[in-house]
Amino acid sequence: MTYRTLLAASAVLATSALSWPAAAYTVFVSNEKDNTLSIIDGTRNEVIETIDVGKRPRGITLSKDFKTLYICASDSDTVQVMDVATRKILHNLPSGEDPEQFALSPDDRYLYVSNEDDNIVTVVDTVSREVVAQYDTGIEPEGMAVSHNGRWAVNTSETTNMVHWIDTTKGVMVDNTLVGQRPRHAEFTKDDAFLWVSAEIGGIVSVIDVPTKKIVHEITFSVKGVQPDQVQPVGVKFDKDNTYAFVALGPANHVAVVDMKTYEVEDTLLVGQRVWHMDITPDGAWAYASNGVSGDISVIDVANRKVVKSIKVGRYPWGVAIAP
Amino acid sequence: MPAAWKRLALALLLVLAPGTTWAADIRLAYLSMTIDRPPVLSNLDVWPEDEGLQGARLGVADNAATGRFLKQTFTLDEVVLPEDGDAAAAMAELASAGHRFVIADLPASALEAAVAAAPPDMLVFNAGAPDDHLRGTACRANLLHTLPNRAMLADALGQYLVKKRWSKWFLVIGPRPEDAAYADAIRRTAKRFGAKIVAERTWDGDFDLRRSAATEVPQFTQGPSYDVLVVADEIGDFGEYLPYQTWDPRPVVGTQGLTPTGWHRTVEQWGATQLQNRFQALAGRTMTARDYAAWAAARAVGEAATRTQAGDMAAYIQSPAFELAGFKGRALSFRSWDGQLRQPIGLAAARNLVTQAPVEGFLHPINEMDTLGFDKPETACTREGT
Repeated sequence: MTYRTLLAASAVLATSALSWPAAAYTVFVSNEKDNTLSIIDGTRNEVIETIDVGKRPRGITLSKDFKTLYICASDSDTVQVMDVATRKILHNLPSGEDPEQFALSPDDRYLYVSNEDDNIVTVVDTVSREVVAQYDTGIEPEGMAVSHNGRWAVNTSETTNMVHWIDTTKGVMVDNTLVGQRPRHAEFTKDDAFLWVSAEIGGIVSVIDVPTKKIVHEITFSVKGVQPDQVQPVGVKFDKDNTYAFVALGPANHVAVVDMKTYEVEDTLLVGQRVWHMDITPDGAWAYASNGVSGDISVIDVANRKVVKSIKVGRYPWGVAIAP
Repeated sequence: MPAAWKRLALALLLVLAPGTTWAADIRLAYLSMTIDRPPVLSNLDVWPEDEGLQGARLGVADNAATGRFLKQTFTLDEVVLPEDGDAAAAMAELASAGHRFVIADLPASALEAAVAAAPPDMLVFNAGAPDDHLRGTACRANLLHTLPNRAMLADALGQYLVKKRWSKWFLVIGPRPEDAAYADAIRRTAKRFGAKIVAERTWDGDFDLRRSAATEVPQFTQGPSYDVLVVADEIGDFGEYLPYQTWDPRPVVGTQGLTPTGWHRTVEQWGATQLQNRFQALAGRTMTARDYAAWAAARAVGEAATRTQAGDMAAYIQSPAFELAGFKGRALSFRSWDGQLRQPIGLAAARNLVTQAPVEGFLHPINEMDTLGFDKPETACTREGT
């Protein structure tokens, strides 16, 4: 490192240290190959605790009141329910086999779980702890999302390459939208007007108009020095104001910043190896991205679009969820 | 749910391809031949009799699961000939029964006879023969290959060895014709990537290595100064007895030891675990490279059926628009110049996937996967009419 870059690097560290979030966030990270959860203190950006969970933990999500964390323990065939305050596993939910990702209904009552090996979406009542419905999907259901108004639950099937639309008011699957190869993740915009779906092998993000279920735009990405077929979008997150989308580009080792009106890719930020998923702090200031292969978390300053720190966690970090 | 179906049908017609017709049933055939395998010294692993076939079955099942949403059904007709069966006659019979997509899991000579008997509008997927000449002088316009050929495998291995700077190779060749073909591919790779074959010896296999490997192999490998021992023993007759017995402490690679392969049970990234689990549940055993090749062929047809609404599937499969997610981290497609499926190749040890080629640093102006095997400028195939 030259003197100049050293100076620049320390300058970045100094500014970021000053602008570190004042509020105490807690960042939860599932480590797929360690059967653990890393807990990061967001004020210091250090791992403060590592706790044992079920086998092959992948998707994790918080209840709207941030009191409960749900953990997909894929190889334990269960969803674990953790009390955020005490960090103790309270109980397990029946989830169907091999749960991978899930989404909560807006009232926190129902958990929609994709059962990757069984081509099923299982709906679990978090109160009665019972399975209340199951839906047949295409092969390898993965991405799950529930619209903010609760009307739609969608699932993406990775080998069938479709988005399956469940109308929650009728309790039936009513439509399917064909998307790019290997759809990994789905995310409703905050106004529920559009659904963004990433296609890992197709290398695109499809923007689907929710009322018509039709694709209205396909976003492509290019990263300097990276072959096009290594640009593989996975996680998608929207910022607090619904103006910019952050898209994790997998083995391209970058997170793209996309203008949500023009669909223009404005920036690509260098992170760790094979970036999977992200979450953004409730104040919208920081994004945390999990890097599967390098086994760390990249901390992104959202406003300045800068990666300010990487935090070593367990092996193959997968899901990220942030509680205030 | 007739109402729901109607709505779904309408939505898909609008979304996908207005004006095209439905195809209710997409038929595939699997054609193979019983192979009488010669006895081998290392008889620990029993060769599965349904190798290849189970891959085709899984591919068709995968297609059918998607087809439910598109009103498409998929069927597989399975034809397994006896050892001396007439592949050409079987192919003609499949053609007259209306089949237009055949997964051929045959040795090279039977495959050539079968393809000669196939009508031009039938698409044949070679899922069983790794022979290089099938992608070269013996290529056909209606023949695609989902199994990697020997040149691809050797290049995958060569890239890794060169990257490790293990560039002095000692080549040990078995007595069978396929071993000679494998050795030819290794020599081509050495030339291509600047490695050097410093010694070559033919194994004539007169002794029972389980008893005498400790005395025979050190003597056999003594002398040359080399980095790795590259073995060409496709049926696995003696190669398993070379590791840890060489005169000098050297790794063994090739058909045994570190092995380049189209698929292996150690492949788990890129969602491969799900495919491995599905296969295990269906077949009760692990998935092999031949199974994978048959699976990929079936899936290619399924993908075309989905994307074209069962329109001109054969044309779509061979078009630039075609891409198949094959659990190897890159979109797979067929090379226009010789019909070979471009795909990453795993380098596998018994219980460890060491790496996957194309190896980082081997660059290509269009697609890095085309650094493996026959690239366009070097093809001997004239299927594009060049």
